[in-house]
Amino acid sequence: MNWISRIFRRYKLYDDLSEEIRLHIEERAEQLMGEGMSPEEAEQEARRAFGNRTLLEERSREVWQWPTLESIWADVRFTLRQLRRSPGFTIAAVLTLALAIGANAVVFGVLNALILRPLNVPHEQSLYTIERGGYKDQATSYPDYLDLRDRNRTFDGLTAYILVPVGLDTGRNPSQAWGYEVTGNYFDALDIQPYLGRFFHGADEHGPNSAPYLVLSYAYWHSHFQDDRGVVGRVVQVNKHPFTILGVAPPEFRGTLLFFSADLWVPMVNQEQVQGLRVLNDRGQRDIFMVLGHVKAGVTPAQAIADLNSVGSYLEKTYPKDDAYMTYSLARPSLAGDMLGPLVKGFMTGLMLLSGLILLAACANLGSLFAARAADRSREVALRLALGSSRKRILRALFTEAVLISLAGGAVGLLGSIALLRELRAWQPVPQYPLFLPVTPDAKVYLVALLLALVSGFLFGAVPVRQILRTNPYEVVKAGSTGIIAGAARRRITLRDVLVVVQIAICAVLVTSSLVAVRGLVRSMNSNFGFDPRNAMLVDTALSMSGYSGDRVPAMQRRMIDALEKIPGVKSVGYISQIPLGGGGSTSDVFTDQTTDLRTSNAAATVQVFKISPEYFHAADTSLLTGRSLSWQDDQNTPRVAVVNALFARRIFGSVTNAVGRYYKMEDGTRVQVAGVVEDGKYYQLTEDPRPAMFLPFLQSPTSLTCLVVRSNRDPQQLAPAIRSALQDLDTSLPLNIQTWTQGLDIALFPSHVATMSLGVLGLMGAMLSITGIFGLAAYTVSKRLRELGIRIALGAKRKEVLQAALGRPLKLLAFGSAAGLILGILATRVLAYIVYQANPRDPLVLAGVVVAMLLLGLVATWIPAQRALSVDPLILLREE
Amino acid sequence: MPVAKEPMTETATRDLFPGALEMMILESLRRQPAHGYALVQHIKQRSNNLLQVEEGSLYPALQRLLKAKLVKAEWGVSSTHRRVRTYHITALGLRHLEQQISSFERMFEGITLVLNPAKSPAS
Repeated sequence: MNWISRIFRRYKLYDDLSEEIRLHIEERAEQLMGEGMSPEEAEQEARRAFGNRTLLEERSREVWQWPTLESIWADVRFTLRQLRRSPGFTIAAVLTLALAIGANAVVFGVLNALILRPLNVPHEQSLYTIERGGYKDQATSYPDYLDLRDRNRTFDGLTAYILVPVGLDTGRNPSQAWGYEVTGNYFDALDIQPYLGRFFHGADEHGPNSAPYLVLSYAYWHSHFQDDRGVVGRVVQVNKHPFTILGVAPPEFRGTLLFFSADLWVPMVNQEQVQGLRVLNDRGQRDIFMVLGHVKAGVTPAQAIADLNSVGSYLEKTYPKDDAYMTYSLARPSLAGDMLGPLVKGFMTGLMLLSGLILLAACANLGSLFAARAADRSREVALRLALGSSRKRILRALFTEAVLISLAGGAVGLLGSIALLRELRAWQPVPQYPLFLPVTPDAKVYLVALLLALVSGFLFGAVPVRQILRTNPYEVVKAGSTGIIAGAARRRITLRDVLVVVQIAICAVLVTSSLVAVRGLVRSMNSNFGFDPRNAMLVDTALSMSGYSGDRVPAMQRRMIDALEKIPGVKSVGYISQIPLGGGGSTSDVFTDQTTDLRTSNAAATVQVFKISPEYFHAADTSLLTGRSLSWQDDQNTPRVAVVNALFARRIFGSVTNAVGRYYKMEDGTRVQVAGVVEDGKYYQLTEDPRPAMFLPFLQSPTSLTCLVVRSNRDPQQLAPAIRSALQDLDTSLPLNIQTWTQGLDIALFPSHVATMSLGVLGLMGAMLSITGIFGLAAYTVSKRLRELGIRIALGAKRKEVLQAALGRPLKLLAFGSAAGLILGILATRVLAYIVYQANPRDPLVLAGVVVAMLLLGLVATWIPAQRALSVDPLILLREE
Repeated sequence: MPVAKEPMTETATRDLFPGALEMMILESLRRQPAHGYALVQHIKQRSNNLLQVEEGSLYPALQRLLKAKLVKAEWGVSSTHRRVRTYHITALGLRHLEQQISSFERMFEGITLVLNPAKSPAS
């Protein structure tokens, strides 16, 4: 290869050159000796006449080099030598940056996955979900969906889906899988092509239960069917009903929600078999999770909304009983529209900002380290300048050092973040849902990490530039080691001071936010849910999955309760259709007893609906405020009754005491009498405002959704095997999910957990950075002023005075930075209120916490420099000079 | 060692204008091949010691000429029995020199006109 031979030839050239120059000087010296000079004089004169040999040789060699590349390489090697000589500095700098860049890469990786990366659907830009009314409600009933689909003129097909758990029996052990129950046109409307076999289409639907077909996701096919291409056409049992596997979806298509990875798709017309309920003809049952579709090419979102609204007003007029507030808006489907989108975006943007602050703090930190290093090396710099090096060259070496460190830090940080993102991808925060974070780092993440590394390298590398440009070699060499430092210290505000204040302020912001988050989490753990999750187990199952329907459902539920009550150590067992704060829930409109026109717009309230067994309140430890609880006598043969919560009672009947014995009306006009009133609780999420709720006896309105609360005297975890075996004695095919109630709250606490964890980590990093920052400044000040301190001690200064002289400045900066950071932090944590339950930055405990934390940080960071300042021995110092 | 108050800059150590030194070297070599030391002496003598070049500054210029293949070099023994590296001008170097001289003469003429308008050929 040519360039290799060129490199070898070049070494020969360099040798020739050195030899030639040596001979030149020799010849000159000989000639001078011939003119009568002594050998020493001659040699000295020859050298002087030749000029700066090193410089000239270097310049001669440069002729042969790829000009900049090689001199940069020379700088790099020089810098590496320099860095090897100060490993402490190097390691500290690289680690600081690695942490900061790693944190940014992780946050960006998640941001990239959730916000920047679109759904894997062709023409994703034109895909919208439809939201209804001012509440941006995405739920729709099947008849309304059909009208929207058939009457709109601006969409290329509208499709709809519901997320459902199904019991899937492929011949071996039956297990629970998660599916999208979709309209027949789902794959066609999204323009997805099968990986294997075929998909179902709108034409396959011929009324209820007419399309027992199944499409598998690639991942599920891979893990449960071992890539067996023969699955197409095989019949499997879905909730004990035979379904035919039609095909497999392509690997990159995981459904129409970014963070939810479904196992299969089934047609919505088979809802009765899949969900065990028949509401396809019920316009008031808004059961569909999301309606979505591509807006036609050339149609603006505003036009599409106007089109939908005209369908909406048709619906309002035609079906006044069920349809009200039928105005529509559009949103992005990937994060469930406005249900999660703004929340996730706000949180991720906030997090990105905070981690950007971390990087800025790290840069400030390194900048002051570099400034100190440059000050310590001012003699070296002056010497190099005096020996003919150009300022440009010295600055280039400086930036080479900064960029090398930042690249090393970036590389280490990126490696760490890739490992962390892998973990995140495999993370299953809530076991009962197939949550999935598609956070595979891609080129964008690498690029951002590289850019951040380079930018921060130049940022902190630029800090000492002015210092070097101002260096006057003559002054420095003349003054010795102490002169300039005294000069610099006398200046009122140095760049270093500003950097330290900035850094401490940033750190205080982070500490404030993380304390707010932690405090919010602690409060939400201890807040009143309206039940007591301690010492209770939850058993989740869906009887429809084992083929139960009709009257067999409540009968089976009763047998389950009886079986569990017999387990020793069990105090009480309660049944509830959907556990509060379990991620699900259903609502219904209620009317006052006097209302006769039962249209939606006349509803007295929209309330949470739960179906419970008589023992539920006891098992859940929900206190009954007045009246009676439900009993086993409240069944199909007795008048309809309900227990309502306090808010329901106040809203419909004016007060809690007034409610008992009074009547209200359900959506279908049934009159229900209030039997009792219980305390309010949290039903849907922790941050919700109080909601009205009603608890109906499960014998009067049965549902196959089943959750059993088992309260015990002993550690509930020990009961799990007994619970499992007792229920499997009843029916071996029951899919069971058994966990403690505290675990069951994971989904409700998930956002605060995530917020607390990420803010906690960022806060910790900020604290670490500010410790190193203050420590650096304090240690540097003390070491530079040792002589002065020594003189002060010799002149009889007290310990307090010495400390004041040595550490007054760093501590003043600390106080200043903390105050600024605290104020900023209070402003910044407003964002947190969206995610963290009861996040209140004006909480006195948080404020005190921040102050104490910053004081502690200051104490830790200045401890060692303070010790050093106090142990100054004036005699030794003065002798040294 | 005297230290300049103003640090030396790159241009301060170079010759009068870019290419001048190269031109003088090529011109010397056209008359006679020579090694570095002899070249320095020759240029100094010919310019009546007017050009106070550092002797060493010849070498980067020689390397530039070598790289551009305007001169070539070979090790040998001089008439005074010293090991020397002698430089010869190449055909390419000759052509380059002629171009440089003619363009330099034009430039010099121009400078003279500006500095000394009275002596301009037009008057």
